[in-house]
Amino acid sequence: MSMNMLLLIIGMAAATYSTRVLPFLFFNAEKIPPRLEGILKNVPYAALGALIFPGALFIHDHVLFGIIGIVSAFVISFLGGSLIFVVLGSILVLTLISPLF
Amino acid sequence: MKATLTWSHDNSFAIGIRDGIPIALGYIPAAITFGFLSQTTGLTAVESILMSLLVFTGAAQFMALSLLAAGTGSVEIIFTTFILNIRHLLMSASLHEKAAPDRLIRKVIYAFGITDEVFAVTATKEGQVRTGYIFGVSVIAYMSWVIHTGVGYAVGGFLPDVLQQSLTFALYALFIALLAPSMKKHRKVLVLAAFAAVLNSMFSLFMADGWSIILATILSASLVELVEPSYQKQRKGGET
Repeated sequence: MSMNMLLLIIGMAAATYSTRVLPFLFFNAEKIPPRLEGILKNVPYAALGALIFPGALFIHDHVLFGIIGIVSAFVISFLGGSLIFVVLGSILVLTLISPLF
Repeated sequence: MKATLTWSHDNSFAIGIRDGIPIALGYIPAAITFGFLSQTTGLTAVESILMSLLVFTGAAQFMALSLLAAGTGSVEIIFTTFILNIRHLLMSASLHEKAAPDRLIRKVIYAFGITDEVFAVTATKEGQVRTGYIFGVSVIAYMSWVIHTGVGYAVGGFLPDVLQQSLTFALYALFIALLAPSMKKHRKVLVLAAFAAVLNSMFSLFMADGWSIILATILSASLVELVEPSYQKQRKGGET
């Protein structure tokens, strides 16, 4: 392995780990103002919305492919499917329809 | 030893492993694709697996490959990695607030494994999450990521196209499966997710992905918090 590649990997590791660990080091979870606490509790759901859209729409040249995937996942989930069932079910749907694209 | 005793006592490590299985499954296609692409980009097998072992972040690793292929320098790649991952500052702060109090050293160790998906699973779990649970979820996700990077490096080229395309949806399906149940219970969750989705779709037109996601998330989480008292009465008490 080249020295350059090793340094790149270590640098990327440091850049990633620092963003994950800094809040644990410089943030006192017991003394958060209520307003900030409310915002932090909102973060997971807001982040999920941003992680899904618009990325999921563009996994294929045809936007419709992503839309069918999104709708299948929501439908299976609303019908009470567990996490694994939603993941496998929507992949199955997309595999079945992919010859059409 | 003490940690092992605590985990076996409250079982949360095993429950974490169980809840992490969908992530492990979702990582299979992503990691195989990464392994395969890193091979075609010219990385050695050791470099490819080492990157997954030490960095453990899908988006930035893919970005690194395309920048390497374009001949970009290391400093730019490392800086872009930081920008792409800046959203983790927010996620870790949020999880820090929700996680059960524990010795700092344990939190510093499990912080390494808080990917988008690990965060999403642990942060949407009802109630306080225990240290053992977070370790369980991230350990199984991490193993899948590293092992399947190696698998992809070796055999990625043999995966049929039809399957490759549909498998890229796996992680999005996981995010939807995590969002939908809470969306059904609390209207606030729908508002938060939809607002952030719209903002991110707009921002990503003219902004790097890393900034776009964090800005959309902060704006949605803060603005909804500001207007919340107006419909607080409709909220159920279940979210803690």
